[in-house]
Amino acid sequence: MQAMTNREPSLVELDRLAAIGEDVLKRCRAKGASEVDLGISVDEGLNVGVRLGEVESIERTRDRGLSLTVFFGKRKGSASTADLGADSITKTIEHACAIARHTEEDPCNGLADPALLAHDFPDLDLWHPWQITAEQAVDLALACEDAGRAFDARIDNSEGASVQVGSSIAIGATSHGFFSRERDTRHMISVALLAEDEAGMQRDYWYEAVRSAGDFPDVASIGRKAAERTLARLGARAIGTRQCPVLFAPPVARSLIGHFLSAVSGGALYRRASFLLDHLGRRVFPDFVQIAERPHLRRGHGSAAYDAEGVATRDSDLVRDGVIERYILGSYSARKLGMTSTGNAGGVHNIVVTPGEDDFAALVERMCTGLVVTELMGQGASLITGDYSRGASGFWVENGAIVHPVEEITIASNLRDMFGAIEAIGNDIDRRSHILTGSILVGRMTVAGS
Amino acid sequence: MTDLIAHAEQRLLQPGGLSTSDIERVFARLMTPAVDAADLYFQHSRSEAWVLEDGIVKEGSHAIEQGVGVRAMSGEKTGFAYSDEIVLPALLEAAGSARAIARAGSDGVGKPLAIAGSRALYPAVDPVDTLSSEAKVALLREVDAYVRAQDARVKQVIVSVSATLDTVLVAGSDGTLAADVRPLVRLNVQVIAEQGGRRESGSAGGGGRYGYEELLANGRAHRLAREAVRAALVNLDAVDAPAGTMTVVLGPGWPGVLLHEAIGHGFEGDFHRKETSAFTARMGERVAAPGVTIVDDGTLAGRRGSLSVDDEGTPTNCTVLVEDGIMKGLIQDKFNARLMGMRPTGNGRRESFAHLPMPRMTNTYMLAGERDPEEILRSVKRGLYAVNFGGGQVDITNGKFVFSASEAYLIEDGKVTRPVKGATLIGAGPEVLQRVSMIGNDLALDEGVGVCGKDGQSVPVGVGQPTLRIDAMTVGGTATA
Repeated sequence: MQAMTNREPSLVELDRLAAIGEDVLKRCRAKGASEVDLGISVDEGLNVGVRLGEVESIERTRDRGLSLTVFFGKRKGSASTADLGADSITKTIEHACAIARHTEEDPCNGLADPALLAHDFPDLDLWHPWQITAEQAVDLALACEDAGRAFDARIDNSEGASVQVGSSIAIGATSHGFFSRERDTRHMISVALLAEDEAGMQRDYWYEAVRSAGDFPDVASIGRKAAERTLARLGARAIGTRQCPVLFAPPVARSLIGHFLSAVSGGALYRRASFLLDHLGRRVFPDFVQIAERPHLRRGHGSAAYDAEGVATRDSDLVRDGVIERYILGSYSARKLGMTSTGNAGGVHNIVVTPGEDDFAALVERMCTGLVVTELMGQGASLITGDYSRGASGFWVENGAIVHPVEEITIASNLRDMFGAIEAIGNDIDRRSHILTGSILVGRMTVAGS
Repeated sequence: MTDLIAHAEQRLLQPGGLSTSDIERVFARLMTPAVDAADLYFQHSRSEAWVLEDGIVKEGSHAIEQGVGVRAMSGEKTGFAYSDEIVLPALLEAAGSARAIARAGSDGVGKPLAIAGSRALYPAVDPVDTLSSEAKVALLREVDAYVRAQDARVKQVIVSVSATLDTVLVAGSDGTLAADVRPLVRLNVQVIAEQGGRRESGSAGGGGRYGYEELLANGRAHRLAREAVRAALVNLDAVDAPAGTMTVVLGPGWPGVLLHEAIGHGFEGDFHRKETSAFTARMGERVAAPGVTIVDDGTLAGRRGSLSVDDEGTPTNCTVLVEDGIMKGLIQDKFNARLMGMRPTGNGRRESFAHLPMPRMTNTYMLAGERDPEEILRSVKRGLYAVNFGGGQVDITNGKFVFSASEAYLIEDGKVTRPVKGATLIGAGPEVLQRVSMIGNDLALDEGVGVCGKDGQSVPVGVGQPTLRIDAMTVGGTATA
């Protein structure tokens, strides 16, 4: 446990959560649980919304929760409560233990290997409470929306701007001695604007998400960016059915990396529900592609010193020179596969895709003739087969220059073919999430349209 | 309703020592002169889930959620706060936060609370208790064995059951006092089949607002199991889907997700008040072909999307959205209806006490036409016959929407021929239903698995439709021949 040097309220609250956690651990053991894993969290926030220059909503949020897993030998039961009242906690313990008497033995069940647990808790610089009143948040949101609306006369409506302030404190505890306390903050500013011309209405948005409010760009720039994106869509139309290169802009390139991560995750692999089954050590991407997990980035959106089971996280390569170096495993899926946890119970931390030399404009030029995709719609990616078919909008490019905006088309291929056909990765990294990637240029896909 | 109110008060108010007279004190705090309307939403929710995988019942879980949401509205402004403690000090504090949206002023009063009359569309049972834990475990094992006995190509089976009971009490400054006890159960079967190194999955599920015994009546578990196996096996033989614009025939039931995306979201009142929907100001105009009538109906007994009263205490309705191709009605909650000078339609829904209500769909479906489904298929020279779908999504401003076929076939010379791989279909809401040229006589509602997401809030919904022929839609396959 970290030394406590001051008593600010969040630390007092953490102490209180820790005391509840220790009590719940004891009571579960007294009920006969051989192993226990629990987490308790308190999330607090302020969300303000403005629209067309007026306040629209002010919301105060405070969500609490206890989630509990007990093992009776190799049987498991889980329960949770979203209120921390004594009665609900008692019922939660009883339900978890009762369930574990009815579930069946699974030899892969149990807590993480003690040898893998985190002992060091480096400061990842994630705690930056934003001391802002509702009135100040309203002013920021108004400034953001105003800048967007003033950008161009064709911006004639708004879905509004919002400022969201959030903080979270949590403890984690297991019956085999792991104990964590964490505090982190997340803040967001977003705006969505509409424009209209004779061809109809279009809407687009922009947002910034940070750990520390000091890292926000000028709020007016967020409004202007949303306005630019909305205006760029005016006059969009379908293109004819064809095959062509597709350049995924960073916010949607992120989803391609997300599909890869899902396909090499333990749950999909032990269920044999992944198109990348048995691909460990095999080349899936061209040899210039490098993908790494970097869990300890300061202020990173996915930074954590330990995973959901307390296993220490560490820097490591997922893809080196296009070859899959490891899977993404928690203790359960690792045991199912006869492997070792990679510290990914609960998911990946920060994923860094090594950028290439080209910025977005250079990639558009390099593509020469093809489709830039800026938005994807629907869920049409099958993890089990890799078949990919999604709605898309973006821009048609000829001779290295954008010709017109595009909508009402689909793009389709198979993820395995798409990964193999990656021709370049941009240096235009989108830093708003835990997946850090630039644009991705895929050599060939099928576009269906008019 | 009186019984329900008493039940809800016992569940929600009495543990914290509250009574309806305390609710009036909270309204006195909320109703400053600048506040037009306010409401309190008390909720207790419990849910459970059991999961079988690899032949063993390996997961069981239980969740409790309770609290109260306090909302104050002033013009187009909304103040909102909530608490997971249902006690008077927490309520008064939340009321103080919520009313801060309006200019400060002296305390006021709400109208006297009056219990609204309504009909119960489902039994006030706790579905969790309608089957013992032993019986749930036995059920999952039995379904697993049944699935595996269907076909040797089945390699992985995941079976799950879940049940939720929501108890809600709504009090509004307009005098509304309503309660609802809402059971919801669901059974899901997912299968992975392998053949010659190729793997495909198939799934089926169903449920509604009743207990486990009704969920399991009439061999439904086995029927869903057979359906999941069939879907997986069909896909093992699927060839590449076509790419391009072609005639599409949609099967009955769940493909009604088309209506949810193409019409439903664009008819929600908030988007019309803000004039952000592609259907803005089109009331009374043609938005679909003659013969197309689409309703949003929250009054169907036992359906997943149904509610006796919505989350603002308004009894649900059957609202006509499109009649014979003409835009007729919107989906409204109280807030947007009041600002637009319209009537609420019983569509004010929220994910929980910790979320603000919005206009949301219930069960959205198209009424039956007169065509024999076989005749519809025979009429197509070359096209796609899509009978099952995954999810969908819509951009309500430009009207573009997608939905992803998970089971589809080629139609060649009026005959259904080869199965094709899953593909996304894309279209424009205001246009696509104008291209409906034939409507089947086989209206069906879905099995009860729909979840609708909007602004980060999920609510259970239903869809339905008869077999439909759409003369031109873009199909997002890979085969360009």
